[in-house]
Amino acid sequence: MAKGRSLGLSRKKQLYGVLFVTPWLLGFVLLMAIPFFQSLQFSFHKLTLNSEGYSLQYVGLENYHNIFFVDAWYVRTLTDAVIAMVLDVPLIIFFSLFTATLLAQKFRGRMLARAIIFLPVVLASGVIAKLDNGNFLAQMIGAASTDLEGNYSGLRSIELRPLLLEAGLGINIVDYLTGAVDRIYQIISSSGVQILIFLAGLQSISPSLYEAAKMEGATGYEAFWKITFPMISPLILTNVVYTIIDSFYDNGMTQMIQDAAFGRLDFGVSSAMSWIYFLVISVILAISTYWISKRVFYYD
Amino acid sequence: MDTSPKPSKRRSPSAAAQAAARWYDTHAPLEKAKRWLWIFIRTVLIVGICFIILYPILTKLSIALRDKQDMFDATVVWLPRHFTLDNIKTVMDYLKYPESVTNTLLLSLGTALLQFASCALAGYGFARLKFWGSGILFGIVIFTIVVPPQTIMVPTYLHYRFFDIFGLFRLFTGKDGVNLLESFWPFFISSGLAMGLKNGLYIYIFRQFFRSLPKDLEEAAYVDGAGVPGTFLRVMLPNAVPAIATVVLFSFIWQWNDSYFVNLFAPNYTLLARMLDLLPGTVRPEYVGGISHTSLYLNTGTLLGILPIFILYLFAQKYFVESVERTGLVG
Repeated sequence: MAKGRSLGLSRKKQLYGVLFVTPWLLGFVLLMAIPFFQSLQFSFHKLTLNSEGYSLQYVGLENYHNIFFVDAWYVRTLTDAVIAMVLDVPLIIFFSLFTATLLAQKFRGRMLARAIIFLPVVLASGVIAKLDNGNFLAQMIGAASTDLEGNYSGLRSIELRPLLLEAGLGINIVDYLTGAVDRIYQIISSSGVQILIFLAGLQSISPSLYEAAKMEGATGYEAFWKITFPMISPLILTNVVYTIIDSFYDNGMTQMIQDAAFGRLDFGVSSAMSWIYFLVISVILAISTYWISKRVFYYD
Repeated sequence: MDTSPKPSKRRSPSAAAQAAARWYDTHAPLEKAKRWLWIFIRTVLIVGICFIILYPILTKLSIALRDKQDMFDATVVWLPRHFTLDNIKTVMDYLKYPESVTNTLLLSLGTALLQFASCALAGYGFARLKFWGSGILFGIVIFTIVVPPQTIMVPTYLHYRFFDIFGLFRLFTGKDGVNLLESFWPFFISSGLAMGLKNGLYIYIFRQFFRSLPKDLEEAAYVDGAGVPGTFLRVMLPNAVPAIATVVLFSFIWQWNDSYFVNLFAPNYTLLARMLDLLPGTVRPEYVGGISHTSLYLNTGTLLGILPIFILYLFAQKYFVESVERTGLVG
């Protein structure tokens, strides 16, 4: 390639690069950056809507004081959301890795099984779950229990609990495991995308690695821990991040932020709530990313 | 005479052992047993998981097709004794089904196409048309994925309530911006500017995919005299069908299922997600004659809510399942 021409082309390409990114950049400035700082600004103000827009009145840290020391529910709801996330993420990751390993194998009806397991991703989970909460019959028919979490999977862990306790496991671990069994539908339905990502990763591992291991006499179990697991560990990081973000997208906390803004028209408090929420999410993401990325194995 | 049976005696157990060993080598019963056991366990697990997923849907289907008198009949478990489509008709009325499905379809299709256009452009820009600062900007794209929509909810709401670009509108008309709420404009504007639902993820998908395409493709196009836009439209996009399918399908589905932005920007519009939100209020036990009837209608409503997406899934299932593998999102 001639030097002069390539320079001209690369200059042109840079210009087009700016042009191509412009719609996004415009959107980012108008719909993300400005609202982002406005929201921070609102959180220190009292916002009142009037006919020709809105007016702000500086109140300092009052909104933050309100949510931490006056509002009885904010801290509790936030802790609940975080605890639910911490409990669910390992289960979802474990379950999706396990299912992906199963689905990566060749067997008859594999496409059908994949199609069914991916179904929960496609079907509206939020709205449906809300409807089912008020749906007594679905609960009665499904679980035949007084469970309030909309658990209609028909699976109960009644037998499992004494069994595990007899085996000498700690009560906390037993509660965690049986709780997981009781929420199996929820866990399955929120691990669809993760299964897909793991599946794609499993299929990208070169078969020659397994062949070599087999020649050396490795069992399937060893091959999983010594080949599959390290090769797939970068995707565990991806999936953990995805799962954390996904779990914070719609929960009691987001509902509360929304209610504060459009139920009580307390826009300042709502902004303050959402900022604390955002900071908590960022800290959790930063810690978990740092913690996992130190343990991840990169092949190349 | 007396020597002949000895060798045969000696030979026969060893022959049997040899035969057994040969049989063991060729048939490998232990390995086989292990394999069959694994196949058995695997089948049980997969069937079990599939059952858990399908069970609620099948229950709903069975309930939706039941007549009211079957609700109190203990012998009716799966197959209704009095088959009827009345529930479906009633709930379709409650949901204003034709109108809400059409509206939701238009909204989802519009946002999907706009998001595809804006995200593909940005993704290609970040992947192949590097300019000063594009690395930092891409970092910002990842950052936008992390920010929960609730953080910018209030300003965004006010933004569309008093919509104005850099005060231009005020300059020309003297009014305080246009109220864009209760229309599709907020959705279309944010999608067109790649700021819709999970758009950071789509930009990421496109960038990864365009990066994985061979550079020779573009260079051949440049040598043949095509400009950058021509190369993008005629060479790169036709090669990016898997990524396009993934992004369009996901944005369609996620917009369809979204009730958060719908409630925020168009709270009185007849959209499916919102009508489903309202359904429990419409079919309260007092109005329809008992808890069981409410439940009947709610089940039918849920079923009708997932039906259009389910039909789409039946046809596009392959693209969904293979999407992530083929977009190069991994590795």
